[in-house]
Amino acid sequence: MPMQVLSAESIPLRTSDDVVLVRQAARKLAVALGFGIVDQTKLVTASSELARNTVDYAGGGTVRLETLRQDRKSGVRLVFEDQGPGIPDIDLALRDGYTSGNGMGLGLGGARRLSHEFEIASTPGIGTRIAIIRWK
Amino acid sequence: MERIPILKMGEFLLVTIQVDMHDRLALTLQDDLTSQIVQHGSRGVLIDISALEMVDSFIGRMLGSIAGMANLLDASTVIVGMRPSVAITLVELGMSLQGIRTALDVEKGMASLRTAVSESESADAGSER
Repeated sequence: MPMQVLSAESIPLRTSDDVVLVRQAARKLAVALGFGIVDQTKLVTASSELARNTVDYAGGGTVRLETLRQDRKSGVRLVFEDQGPGIPDIDLALRDGYTSGNGMGLGLGGARRLSHEFEIASTPGIGTRIAIIRWK
Repeated sequence: MERIPILKMGEFLLVTIQVDMHDRLALTLQDDLTSQIVQHGSRGVLIDISALEMVDSFIGRMLGSIAGMANLLDASTVIVGMRPSVAITLVELGMSLQGIRTALDVEKGMASLRTAVSESESADAGSER
């Protein structure tokens, strides 16, 4: 059965206050789908890492939050898009401890570990798109 | 400006983080705490995070910096009340907050701070001999 998108909303990401809004929106969806507390926390934490990356490294962007259904499982998909400088070496950026800023370099790799599905596409000079899914 | 309140209790400072922290608030807390440690000559800082529903790498790093700065100012730090779901997520994120003293609740945290302070005092006394 193909994946169905049950709901979708977009939030602009410009400042660190928007990072808080994304966390709250992600938690609301996870709660609505009946995620357990650990799954909620993992999704919300991944959303925070990726939202902060978008604000700090890409100068802002947007996130689309979707609820999904496939077969009998439901999940949340978060798609982060920006028109920032892009990531020249994705493998390097995913490595723990690597940072181009002043963070700990856990954002991308950490968000991937906290998600069931993780997709990243980035073109230097054009922008970056990162999609994660956490299933219930 | 929004601030996280810091309570002084004897030689310790107590902080309860109850709001969903945005980044600026976290940095303000760092500044406020370090100035108050110096102002009061505090020997310990207890940070209660039982109300926090998530700790990401930014907040984790801030907690680590506070502990590091407090240590340089001769004060011990204890983080108390971390939720199990937060602990599970933090470790999976790759951040185990090693080197930071933790306790399950405020009472155990205070006991842990007292021990830390008396240990550092007896170490000082030993080195002066």
